[in-house]
Amino acid sequence: MAIYNLKINGQSKQVDVDPATPMLWVLREHLNMEGTKYGCGVAQCGACTIHLNGSAVRSCQLPVVAIGNKEITTIEGLSEKGDHPVQKAWLELDVAQCGYCQTGQIMSAAALLKTKPNPSDADIEAAMTGNICRCGTYLRIKDAIKSAAKMK
Amino acid sequence: MEKIKTNYSRRSFLKSSALTGGGLMISFSWLSEFAFAGKTSVLDLPEQWYELTGYIKITPDNVIRIFNPNPEFGQNVMTSLPMIVAEELDADWQKVVIEMGPHDNVKLGPQFTGGSNSVRMYWKPLRDAGAAARNMLMQAAAQTWSVPIEEVTTKAGMLYHEKSGKSGTYGSFASKAADIPIPKGIKLKDAKNFNVVRSSKKNVEGLKIVTGKPLFGSDHIQEGMLIAMIHHPPAFGMKLKSYDASQTLKMPGIKDVFSLKLYEDGFEQGGFDTRTFNDLLVVVGKTTWEVMNARKKLVVQWEPTPELKETRSNFGRKQEVVIPAGLESSTTHYKKMQERAKEQATLLRKDGDPETAFKNAAQVIERTYTAPFLAHNCMEPMTFFAHVKDDSALLIGPHQAPGWIEPTLSKILNLPADKIEIRMARMGGGFGLRAYGHYVAEAALISKKVKAPVKLVYSREDDMTYGIYRPMYTATYRAALDANKNLIAFHVKGGGIPEHPIHANRFPAGTIDNYLAEGWELPSNITIGAFRAPRSNFNAAAEQSFLDEIAEVMGKDPIDFRLELLKRAKENPVGKNNEYDVDRYAGVLKLIKEKSGWNDLANKKYSRGVAAYFCHNSYAAHVVDVVKRDGQPYVERVFSAIDCGIVINPDAATNMVQGAVVDGIGNAFYGGLTHKDGVAEQNNFNRYRMIRMKEAPKKIEVHFVENDIDPTGLGEPPFPPVFGAVANALYKNMGKRFYSQPYSNDFVNKA
Repeated sequence: MAIYNLKINGQSKQVDVDPATPMLWVLREHLNMEGTKYGCGVAQCGACTIHLNGSAVRSCQLPVVAIGNKEITTIEGLSEKGDHPVQKAWLELDVAQCGYCQTGQIMSAAALLKTKPNPSDADIEAAMTGNICRCGTYLRIKDAIKSAAKMK
Repeated sequence: MEKIKTNYSRRSFLKSSALTGGGLMISFSWLSEFAFAGKTSVLDLPEQWYELTGYIKITPDNVIRIFNPNPEFGQNVMTSLPMIVAEELDADWQKVVIEMGPHDNVKLGPQFTGGSNSVRMYWKPLRDAGAAARNMLMQAAAQTWSVPIEEVTTKAGMLYHEKSGKSGTYGSFASKAADIPIPKGIKLKDAKNFNVVRSSKKNVEGLKIVTGKPLFGSDHIQEGMLIAMIHHPPAFGMKLKSYDASQTLKMPGIKDVFSLKLYEDGFEQGGFDTRTFNDLLVVVGKTTWEVMNARKKLVVQWEPTPELKETRSNFGRKQEVVIPAGLESSTTHYKKMQERAKEQATLLRKDGDPETAFKNAAQVIERTYTAPFLAHNCMEPMTFFAHVKDDSALLIGPHQAPGWIEPTLSKILNLPADKIEIRMARMGGGFGLRAYGHYVAEAALISKKVKAPVKLVYSREDDMTYGIYRPMYTATYRAALDANKNLIAFHVKGGGIPEHPIHANRFPAGTIDNYLAEGWELPSNITIGAFRAPRSNFNAAAEQSFLDEIAEVMGKDPIDFRLELLKRAKENPVGKNNEYDVDRYAGVLKLIKEKSGWNDLANKKYSRGVAAYFCHNSYAAHVVDVVKRDGQPYVERVFSAIDCGIVINPDAATNMVQGAVVDGIGNAFYGGLTHKDGVAEQNNFNRYRMIRMKEAPKKIEVHFVENDIDPTGLGEPPFPPVFGAVANALYKNMGKRFYSQPYSNDFVNKA
């Protein structure tokens, strides 16, 4: 067990956990931040996606010891009132069905738009290939990303 | 306003009560014929089915609270059911608040999500309750204003008396309305006057979902809660023999390790009590990560499970089931199915004289289709929270049928049912898997043992290898043609592990003079369960592929061929109990022919496949357009035609159909859970391939047949025919037929 001072969503949070603990579980069980989801634990489904210094990473495979000073953004910190363009587009196009994968989808999408503000279909498909949606809302996710790109 | 006729009779009992803080509550129960197949008298039903299953509350603040009786797993009933109420109540949709939990000690009877029944089941009761409440409010206003009720009107949660200019909110009259007896036989709105139903409304939970609010069972946390995980045997057909937990107990955060029995010997399982392993090895600790790590340190001896005989009770029907011993492999499964298919099968339906017709046929086409076990792979792995005390229990989590698991919980916890509270969380996917309750029972027993609140967590590996799969199926189809290439006989012999897939009374039964349907079954210790459109999800693939082959031999267009068969069933149907409406079935085929531009020259560049199917009371047809992309077949576009009666929320319904299409393509192309010596060969998404965004079509265009038929199912019906349409399109694209799923196994130079 060790103490880690983490920068999460613009705030300082301190946790006392085993160094190998993936950030997914630090968030969910030590910080009670349930927005980041567990889907597979092996970085295959994307439900656990967060931002590390703005880049999308799978938190299920990101041990807390590797974070250091880097800034973490979770779904809870993506916007103040759920009004990030990606979130707004998601609501406009009524993307979700069960909703479980969607925070991971949104985080991946938001990271993509930061690096590629006008992504092509191929850009979107490549960036989003790591996010599984079991309910099959991929078409709406893609449309929502394009719509969010126009909003910026 | 006119009364809407329903296609089946149901009674909805309404009860009104005054709320303690002021206001009106209308509660209702429902009795549904279809849930009680075989029961002739309504009075035979157990007590609980008369209990109230939902309510509408109107409080002085003019907020309308509607209870959503059905667990939500993405079919968006949290939005569609309240829309139905708001329509008849004439409420301001914006002021309708959905609650997900019992209040005011209203004991809510069975809630169940599955079988694509939510909207269909609640359509009439919700309308009756909404209409009754509106009428009572009008009476209350009429009395207060001393005017005839005929002069009182409503609009969006307000009452008006135009002549005198008086008006008031529903809320202000709610308490008075509670004193008025429930009116009988209130006229419901004519469908052409709907202004809420049939308009698209956004998912009421949308903002919570996109901001990551803790909506799911796996998100439940509370003070003192422990995490439990079960260390399952590595293979089906194995059980716990002994274990050494000494290393595990030394790991940080670990509280306890123990074994317990899920069901006692002789326990009579209900239809949804299916479980794979009965002797459970449990690790309990403070956090999931700590328990996951500690679990790895267990030293366990496993032993083969002997053959078991179990009693199952399916809604009163008792069955003796034999569960074989042994470590089973997929290679053996396929071989055994092939051998069994040659032997005698159970007759399911016979019309005319198929044996003679086949003997005298000029040509016989025979084809065999197979499909593997499928894992549900809900995005949220199995989980449940339980806090069991000496005299009560609280359970929270994702489950499709809380009312069905309650009797089991009552038995195993030895608590009366009214001391067990089950709170339904939003489910991260259901697909039929969450109709089964073993993990709820497991969580409860663990909590009872450790005397603490416990969240039971299944890892993805636990979830994927646990079982309750979609069964393995195979079916051999034969068609007899005469010298003029007329179809004179049709024979389907289907089987599976452990059940056959055949729906003997569905199309094309009724369209062919000589028809034979047979089924057979092979037992297994691999557990199975309902999977989105059970049986249909295989049937449509096999049958719709086969119909295409017949059409090809006959030189007919596949859609025209199906329409000809349906014409025969309309004019001169063969046999009895044909389980589909000919006009509605033909309707979706005609609609898809039109909307897909089936014969348009512009579409010649696509490899097109068509399929149609009837299940769960609705009709669906798809045209699938395949192209080659990087040398591999890719479904670029899909056109869908659906007849599910009145569509409550068009955009959400479109989303559902699109999702079913993607799900169908994914499972048809890639889905399959195989075994080697009892071990599931796929235990996570690196081995079990799921469809990804780039494999989903670029366009899925959905069309609904416009009619005023009472709503029927939509969650399942669009799914099965996708498999058939995909197979037929792949034939056009690759020049060979696909008989065995997953189809990508037969792509050359697989990507």
